[in-house]
Amino acid sequence: MSTPIDVPAPTEAPVDAPAATEATAPADAPASATDVMVEIRSVHKSFGALEVLRGIDLSVRAGEVTVVLGPSGSGKSTLLRTINHLEKVDQGWISVDGTLVGYRRSGNKLYELREREVLRQRTRIGFVFQNFNLFPHLTVLENIIEAPVAALGRPRKEAVAAAEALLARVGLADKSGAYPKQLSGGQQQRVAIARALALEPKLLLFDEPTSALDPELVGEVLDVIKDLAHQGTTMIVVTHEIGFAREVADTVVFMDQGRIVEQGPPADVLDRPVQERTRAFLSKVL
Amino acid sequence: MSAQTDTPPPQLPAPPVDDAHDSVPRIVPVRRTGRWAAAVAVLVLLAGALVSVIRNDAFQWGVVGDHLTTASVLRGLGLTLWLTGLVMVLGFALGTLLAVMRLSGNPILQAVAWGYVWLFRSTPILVQLLFWFNIGALYPQILGVDTVNLLGPVAVAVIGLTLHEAAYAAEVVRGGILSVEHGQLEAAQSLGLGPWRRLRRIVLPQAMRSIVPPAGNMLIGTLKGTSIVSIIAVQDLLYSVQLVYHRTYEVIPLLLVATLWYVAVTSLLSVGQHYVERHYARGTADAR
Ligand SMILES: Nc1ncnc2c1ncn2[C@@H]1O[C@H](COP(=O)(O)OP(=O)(O)O)[C@@H](O)[C@H]1O
Ligand SMILES: [Mg+2]
Repeated sequence: MSTPIDVPAPTEAPVDAPAATEATAPADAPASATDVMVEIRSVHKSFGALEVLRGIDLSVRAGEVTVVLGPSGSGKSTLLRTINHLEKVDQGWISVDGTLVGYRRSGNKLYELREREVLRQRTRIGFVFQNFNLFPHLTVLENIIEAPVAALGRPRKEAVAAAEALLARVGLADKSGAYPKQLSGGQQQRVAIARALALEPKLLLFDEPTSALDPELVGEVLDVIKDLAHQGTTMIVVTHEIGFAREVADTVVFMDQGRIVEQGPPADVLDRPVQERTRAFLSKVL
Repeated sequence: MSAQTDTPPPQLPAPPVDDAHDSVPRIVPVRRTGRWAAAVAVLVLLAGALVSVIRNDAFQWGVVGDHLTTASVLRGLGLTLWLTGLVMVLGFALGTLLAVMRLSGNPILQAVAWGYVWLFRSTPILVQLLFWFNIGALYPQILGVDTVNLLGPVAVAVIGLTLHEAAYAAEVVRGGILSVEHGQLEAAQSLGLGPWRRLRRIVLPQAMRSIVPPAGNMLIGTLKGTSIVSIIAVQDLLYSVQLVYHRTYEVIPLLLVATLWYVAVTSLLSVGQHYVERHYARGTADAR
């Protein structure tokens, strides 16, 4: 299977990748290209007898937005969860920013990392859940500063200042003292995004960030994500919002039954899909 | 046959005579005669019981008053209170450990925790207490010290009650932890929070909402349950009044002394529980 690093479709000039940043590929990194942020190679994952991921290969370049589409049960969430090692893979490997996730390579073996090291890796990967998963007993501010203080050891004062800046960025500067249940769904999801950003991650993963929202609240969350995209944040977004994919995605990936059926620029995958299954799916959601 | 015009038309839409100004009808609730009758009957019975209690000299209310605040009774009350507090704290500490073991991924730890709860819940506390009291028969010496000297009645009471309490606390805490949505743990993991921090900062505070009500029950149960240590001659509240009535034979009034203190303390605890519950409900819909 060839990787989709062909020339982007000329329809939309890609907001060009951020200046060749710290592309320091560690010695154990199996990655080759320098500007690849996420590399997924022949990943398999089963739950009991059910094989949910059946050989996934995917590359995501730094600064790009990848939107993953696919029917329910096709393995999209599982794929996202393997990227920050919330699920272990059965086969294959994943690297983020040139570092293997969850394993250390030595010779031809992958040794599983200790939890402490995995946790360290996760602080570089932000995850936004469909159901927000804000901590209900903590205020908005406490939700955001929890990880910077507890996981990164930042001074509290510094973390509070950063959190307030993030809240302003997602348009919730006045909500820092509120409890999550006092906010609308859209506001909660924006807090969840701010919470993920507080760790200054290299990569943001979104699992259907707007699926639990009332229709009139979807826009405000998508606007925040679009804003992040324009600033060159590397993101993988699982969503059913085709309009969003068309507008923001550099690459659209269509998954079905644990495989990537088709991938490429939105103009290709969304408007001129090659595969019959992609066409069938799009005709249902459009 | 034309209409008999001389008879007045049927008075169907006519408003009630006493309704002077408008036509919005007034709502008259149904009379709850039965309810009133039941309330009166219960009140009469209650008053009768109260009068008989007050007028029955056998209760010896004067004696009750004399002993309510004697030094020995207060000392007994003090022991009951700190024994309850210590057993609750130690019991819940051990219980939390057992709950975490039971929910860990380690099958050996799971089995040990399960076995502990099984064993200590399947035997009466009275039997457990007598067993620990006689442990010297099994192990005459512990670490070179005579068991009898090492484990006095009070130490046996603390150990026996704590081990028993822990079995129940383990189940209460486990239930509380399981009541926390799994997504909370995943969010904490994805933020890179370590296992200890996740437990202390994210899971347990949320688990407290379902832990506090049964724990409040257990606290009140333990307060009264500590009276069982009187059988191994620990001078708690009950034992101190027993000491008096063995001497004076004023059994009933002295039992009333103990009763009044138990009621007073449990009432205070119930009030405290209300505030604790409110504290842990913060951030949820029923928080005020
Ligand atoms: N922890 C799990 N245990 C067992 N089966 C699971 C688990 N997580 C997901 N699955 C199953 O894997 C399949 C893919 O799930 P998922 O990745 O959530 O799909 P999607 O996000 O595309 O809807 C589904 O059939 C789901 O039931
Ligand atoms: Mg999903």
